[in-house]
Amino acid sequence: MLVGLLLLTAAGLGILYSAGDGSLPLLEKQAIRLLLAFLVMLLLAQIPPHQLYLWTPWVFAVGLVLLLLVLLAGEIGKGAQRWLDLYVVKFQPSEMMKLATPMMLAWYLSERPLPPGFKSLVVSSVLVLLPTLLIARQPDLGTALLVAAAGFFVVFLAGIRWTVLIGTTLAALGFVPLLWKFFMHDYQRQRVLTMLNPESDPLGAGYHIIQSKIAIGSGGIYGKGWLNGTQSQLDFLPERSTDFIFAVFGEEFGMMGAIVLLSLYAFIILRGLYIATHAQDNFSRLLAGSLSLTFFVYLFVNVGMVSGILPVVGVPLPLVSYGGTSMVTLMASFGMLMSINSHRRLLSR
Amino acid sequence: MKINPQTVINKPLAPWRRMSLLIGFVLAVSALLARAVEMQILDAAFFERQGDARHLRLVTVPAHRGDILDRNGEPLAISTPVSSIWMNPQQIDVDDANFSRLAKLLEMRTSMLQEKVSVNQQKEFIYLKRHVSPELASKIQDLKISGVALQSEYRRYYPAGEVTAHVLGFADIDDNGQEGIELAYNAWLKGEPGKKRVIRDRLGRAFDDVERIKEAIPGKAARLSIDKRLQYLTYRTLKAAVLKNNAVAGSAVVLDANSGQVLAMANQPSFNVNDRGQMRAGATRNRAVTDVFEPGSTMKPLSMAAALESGRWKPFYKVATAPGRMKVLGNTIRDERNYGDLDVGGVIEHSSNVGISKIVLAISAEQQWDMYQKFGLGTATGSGFPGEAGGRVSQGALTNDFERASMAFGYGVSVTPLQLARAYAAIANDGVIKSVTFMADAKLNQSKRIMSVTTAREIRKMMQRVVSATGTGKLAQVPNYSVAGKTGTVHKFIAGGYAEQRYLAIFAGMVPADNPEVVMVVMIDEPRNGKHFGGQVAAPVFSTVMSGAMRLLDIPPDRISGTQLVHQVEDAAQTNPDGPA
Repeated sequence: MLVGLLLLTAAGLGILYSAGDGSLPLLEKQAIRLLLAFLVMLLLAQIPPHQLYLWTPWVFAVGLVLLLLVLLAGEIGKGAQRWLDLYVVKFQPSEMMKLATPMMLAWYLSERPLPPGFKSLVVSSVLVLLPTLLIARQPDLGTALLVAAAGFFVVFLAGIRWTVLIGTTLAALGFVPLLWKFFMHDYQRQRVLTMLNPESDPLGAGYHIIQSKIAIGSGGIYGKGWLNGTQSQLDFLPERSTDFIFAVFGEEFGMMGAIVLLSLYAFIILRGLYIATHAQDNFSRLLAGSLSLTFFVYLFVNVGMVSGILPVVGVPLPLVSYGGTSMVTLMASFGMLMSINSHRRLLSR
Repeated sequence: MKINPQTVINKPLAPWRRMSLLIGFVLAVSALLARAVEMQILDAAFFERQGDARHLRLVTVPAHRGDILDRNGEPLAISTPVSSIWMNPQQIDVDDANFSRLAKLLEMRTSMLQEKVSVNQQKEFIYLKRHVSPELASKIQDLKISGVALQSEYRRYYPAGEVTAHVLGFADIDDNGQEGIELAYNAWLKGEPGKKRVIRDRLGRAFDDVERIKEAIPGKAARLSIDKRLQYLTYRTLKAAVLKNNAVAGSAVVLDANSGQVLAMANQPSFNVNDRGQMRAGATRNRAVTDVFEPGSTMKPLSMAAALESGRWKPFYKVATAPGRMKVLGNTIRDERNYGDLDVGGVIEHSSNVGISKIVLAISAEQQWDMYQKFGLGTATGSGFPGEAGGRVSQGALTNDFERASMAFGYGVSVTPLQLARAYAAIANDGVIKSVTFMADAKLNQSKRIMSVTTAREIRKMMQRVVSATGTGKLAQVPNYSVAGKTGTVHKFIAGGYAEQRYLAIFAGMVPADNPEVVMVVMIDEPRNGKHFGGQVAAPVFSTVMSGAMRLLDIPPDRISGTQLVHQVEDAAQTNPDGPA
C-alpha cells in the first residue's frame, strides 16, 4: 500500500509541475505538505485501533464544535465559508469530519448487535446528517457528499437490511425534488443542469466542463506529452492545479496514462477493502471498509466530474490535486488502515 | 444488549453484500473506462479539433506602408509599429477586479466601458483604442483581462506636420490614403497584408507563430520632388504674409523650371495632420491644386505670348494707351492712370489693361484661344493630384471683343495656382511646356514646344521690367539675381458680380530671369490690412522664398552689383574683426 501511495503522489507532483506552469514554489509547498501528510500517516499507523476507538467520540464532538465555529466565525474563501483561522494555520474542520464521521458511526454500531435495529439506524442517521448538513450549509456540497457517503458505507457494511436500504433510497429519491427546490443554491442547480448540457452556456457555467472535456478528449490514446497539453498550458483549462488536474493528466498522457493512474488508485482501494475483510473486530472492519470506499467515491466523483458524467462539485483528485488539508486527512485515513492491518497480525499471533 | 466491540467477529461479511459492493465498484470503474474510450478514442478527433479551434488563430500581419521621402531622401511620412487594444465582448468579464483599472487606462468611465461591452454582445471584435503608446499597451497587457488583447499595427506619422499637410494628405487609421499623395499613390504605398497562424492563450495573447501562410508585402517608398527645406521656407513665409496682411487664405507653388517638378507647395490655412481631431473643414483643401481664381494681370504675359507668336506684334512696337481708358462694346476698360504711349514691354511693365486689350484685339480670336489652350488653361496639369481642378476658359466668349479683352488681362478665365505656375514654367523653359509632377524620378514627363525660344525670352525681358525699380513688382527683387515676374491684383468675383473691396493679390515669376531655374506663384486671398496689390502683398513672399531657394539649390548669382559687393565685404569685416578691414 505504501508503494502504491508513493507512486501515486510522485505522479501527482509531476503533473502538478505541468499544471502549475512549472512553478517551483508551488511544487515545494505541495512536497512539504506531502511530507507532513506522510508523517501523520506513519504516526497514526503506530496507534492501535482500540486506542482510536477510545478517542472517537471526543474527536467527533470536537469536530462538530469546530464546524459550528466555522459557521459563526469562519473565513470566507471563494464565496464559501469553510476555513477556520487558527492563526498558525488555516484549517478546514469539514476535512476532519471526513474521518471523524465514519469513526463515530463505526464506534456506535460496533457496540450494537449486527445487523443494526431500527433505533440504531435512527441514531446513525442523526450522526451522519448532523455533520453533513453543517458542512452543506457552508456551503461545501462536495465534502458534505463525501462525509455522508463515508457514514452511509459504515451503515451499509454493518449489514443494513435490503428492505430498509431500498426504502431509504426511495425516500431519498423522493427528497430530491424538495432538495432541488428549497435547499440548493442557484449555482448548485446550475451545475447539475450544466452537466446535462454543458453547451447551453459555453462561456459561463459550461466553460469548465467543456474545456476539461476537450482537454481529455484531445489527449487521445497516448496523449500530447508532458508539458505539451495545449488546453492546460495555454490557460484555457480553469482550476487546473486543483480540481481539474485529472484533465491535465488526461490531455498530456492520454488514455494509457489515465488507465495507469486509475489502476494505481484501484490497487490502493482494493488493498483497503482487503484489509477491511480481514479486520478482526467490528470497529476496525467498519472503519476500514468505509474509508476505502470513501476514497473510491472521492476518486469517482472527481474523475466523473472532470469527464462530464457527474455535475461539478468541488472534490479534488485525491493525493494529486494541489491542496493541503485533504492531503493530510487522506493520509491519516491510510494511516488508520495501516494500523488496522498491522495490529491484526499482532493480535492473531 | 451490549457486546464488546473488541471481540473478534464470527460472522463473515454476507456474500450478497460483498457481491453488491463488487458490482458497484466494477460498474463505476467501467463507467469511467467507457467514458475514457468514448472521449479519447472515439471522439478524440472531434475534441482535437475543438482544442485546435481554441488555441489556433489566423491573424492578419499588417504590411508596412511605404515611406514618403523628399527629393533628398528626407522622411515626410513614415510608419512606425504600434499596438491597438481590442476586446471580445463575449469573453470579457465585467466583474473582473481589473476592469475598472482598464477603463481608467483607456480614459473611459467604467460604466461607459461596461455599456460598450453589453451593447456589443453579438460581436467578437471591437476596438477599444487604436494606436496606443507602447507603455500603455504593456500596462493593459499586464492587467491580464480575459477577452482583451493587443493587435500590432502601423501608425502613420508626418514629421513636418502642417507644413506638408496639403501635399501629402493623409492615410486613415486603417492605413488607407484619404487625401493628397497618400491617396494618389495609395496602391504603390500600401503593400499587402500577410496572414499567419498563431497559438493563442485564453486571454487572446499570441503565444507562438505556427506557420506563415502569406508573408506581408511591405509597401514601396515614394520619393517626392518636394524639397523639404524649401517647403519649410515657403510655408513659413506664406503663413507670415497671410497673418501680416490679415488675409483669408493663401497659396504658393514652387516649380523646377526645367523639369516641371513641384519643389514646394504650401497653403494657408493648414492643419496638423498628426492630430486630425482638430481638423477644420476648410483647412484640409490643397487650394493650390483644387481652387481656381481669376489670374488678373498675371494673365498678360500669356496673352502677350499669343501676340508675339502671331507675328502681328514686335517688342519695339508702340501702343497708345492714352487717355488711360477705352470703350469696347459699350464697356469701359481702365488703367490705373494714363500711361500715354507705351512700347509692348511697357504694357507688361505698367500692367496696362488698355494696352493689352489693344494688342490682343489686333490678333485673331483663334490665335488668342490657341495660345491659352497650349498653356494648358482649362485642363488639369497632369500632376495626378486628387481633386485637381482644371480651371475654365470659355471658347464662346472669344466671339465677343469685350470678353476677349477681359480675358487678356485675366478676367472671365480661371486657373489654379499650379496651372499658372506651369504656364509660367513654359515661358521660363524657353517655350517648352511640361506636365507637372510630384515625383522625383517621374519618367513620363511630357513636354511640348508651344512658342519660339525668342518669344519666351522676349516675354521674360518684359517681365524683368516689372521687377525693376520703376515696375509694379519691385518688391519681388532677389538680391544678386535677375528676376522676371508679373503682379496681379484681382477684384474677387462673388455672387452678383465683382466685389469692390475684396481682392486677390498675386505674383508669378521666375529666377534667374536669363536662364530660369525656379518658378513661383504666390496668391494671397483677401488681404485686409490696408495693402492689397499683388506687388505689395504677394511680391515680398516671392522675394523671400526665392532668395532662400537660390541658396538652398546652389544656383550661382547672375547680378552681383558693385555696391552690394562692397556691402558684403563690409559685413564680412564686421563679423570677422581679425579679417582684412
